[in-house]
Amino acid sequence: MDKTSYENLTRGLIRENPTFVMLLGMCPTLGVTTSASNGVGMGLATLFVLILSNIAISAVKRIIPDMVRIPCYIVIIASFVTVVDLLMAAYLPALHARLGIFIPLIVVNCIILGRAEAFASKNNIYQSVLDAVGMGLGFTLGLTSLGIVREILGAGSIFGWSFLGENADPVLLFIMPPGAFMALAGLIMLVNKLRRAKQ
Amino acid sequence: MTDKKTLPSTLFNMALILTIVAGISALILAYVHETTKGPIQKAKDLREMQAVAEVVAEKFDNNPFAEKTVITAADGNGRLELYPTRLNGIINGMAIKTYTNKAFGGRMELIVGFSLDGRLTGYKVIDHKETPGLGTKVIEEKFSSQFRNIYPSYMNFKVRQDGGDIDAVTAATISSRAVIDAVQRAIDAYNKFSAGN
Amino acid sequence: MSYLMIFISAIFVNNIVLSQFLGICPFLGVSKKVSTALGMGFAVMFVMTLSAIVTFLIYYKLLVPCDLTFMITVVFILVIASLVQMVEIILKKVSPPLYQALGIFLPLITTNCAVLGVAILAIQKQFGLLSSVCYGLANAMGFTLAIVLFAGLRERMSRTRLPQAIQGAPIALLTAGLLSMAFMGFAGIGN
Repeated sequence: MDKTSYENLTRGLIRENPTFVMLLGMCPTLGVTTSASNGVGMGLATLFVLILSNIAISAVKRIIPDMVRIPCYIVIIASFVTVVDLLMAAYLPALHARLGIFIPLIVVNCIILGRAEAFASKNNIYQSVLDAVGMGLGFTLGLTSLGIVREILGAGSIFGWSFLGENADPVLLFIMPPGAFMALAGLIMLVNKLRRAKQ
Repeated sequence: MTDKKTLPSTLFNMALILTIVAGISALILAYVHETTKGPIQKAKDLREMQAVAEVVAEKFDNNPFAEKTVITAADGNGRLELYPTRLNGIINGMAIKTYTNKAFGGRMELIVGFSLDGRLTGYKVIDHKETPGLGTKVIEEKFSSQFRNIYPSYMNFKVRQDGGDIDAVTAATISSRAVIDAVQRAIDAYNKFSAGN
Repeated sequence: MSYLMIFISAIFVNNIVLSQFLGICPFLGVSKKVSTALGMGFAVMFVMTLSAIVTFLIYYKLLVPCDLTFMITVVFILVIASLVQMVEIILKKVSPPLYQALGIFLPLITTNCAVLGVAILAIQKQFGLLSSVCYGLANAMGFTLAIVLFAGLRERMSRTRLPQAIQGAPIALLTAGLLSMAFMGFAGIGN
């Protein structure tokens, strides 16, 4: 793999991580991460849409007139989101029910339109896939780590496996709305500290 | 790689491309919708069927949803659905889809099971918005087992705080009362139904 | 549900930003000053109420009769995007002062997931037309309340010296967390 490809693949994972560094897609990030498995599910659904939309937009970029660029991108993205929505309802009904309204809302996730506009519309298909995989995995990483932290603190379990006894109470606050903001604040502080230490 | 040569933005081009994009999208979606329609319905049926199988004590071999009866709740205008279960054609139990609007998060939906002699055989919450970790404990065995194998007419069907026989979930009295409210509505519906037969 | 309950529930009990997590991007992005937060709030109120009416009509008069309800996401996002454009053009012509005040916020609203979210939720809750409009307006008021309160807190905060570790995003999120905790006090109202 040459250097640009490697750069494009790894950019989203850490350096421009959508969750911790760019603060994009905050609604699903805060809304669904009451458990680690929700975080993984939401992250992968977004990754899937992102790969498909980056491929499609990179493939058709030359035939789309500049002025109707955004509406076309929105239609393409919304179509893939609906595909994911229907497939999840059919084959992963439990996860589909838990993620609820946040699945159709992948359409307005700034990461997807952002990558379409900033990357896929200017690069070839191969590079666009690499970019989508990097960004999507970075987002999944963010959601999963937030989900793990909130589930451990708020429910006393990890990926559904409970490690607290019957009579010990977890810090419920962390799976309630305020805990989402606070756990994310804590994780961002940690990431910032690591980044500062590296410099 | 980054040369930006796109179609010029004339009105004709724009209308054409938008139409083509929308058309292709509609075609793909129609296809996916057609292929997933069956599995989606099946997944939904399966979820409710599992709930019915869980709350009804006896084995059954019919499709209880095919024979549902809808009745209006005694108070207000809510609807309850009654699903009779049969083995070899003979009714051996009943599952009732009921609701309450008094839960902490508003509405809660349950499926309640009955045997033919009026015994409660259990309930399952199918839709709720309770506080995770507190109100959601009404789903757990410790609370829900109090509703299994009891004859509601022989007991004081209230939480202990209200002078009844049911132990409420600690710190979630409202959710506990809500479950009782929904189950009571199902009991009333069951009695009304069996009185009518 | 009575109309009053829709308002109380959407503004306080299930606040769209602080307990449903919709519209977080503008909530965090456009909340450095109370005046801009108010502007954003009014722009959202305008668009959300209007989109509640339009999406309701399109869903029940077009999608349901044609058995195209699976197209809801595609159609709604397009409707909202064009609605925002239209509002922008009409405001520019009809009321330049209002356009001056709200104009810069309008393009941001297309990607405000609260608008699309509320439109879809109103359909999922099977509201009638009037209830849908109330629901849209009420959620927009909840959004405005949350963002204005939050901007007030951030304005104060910008004048204090903060430890380096919590500057920027962390303190904003911690403040939002405290605000969300305050709104939890409304939980259970209406039983």
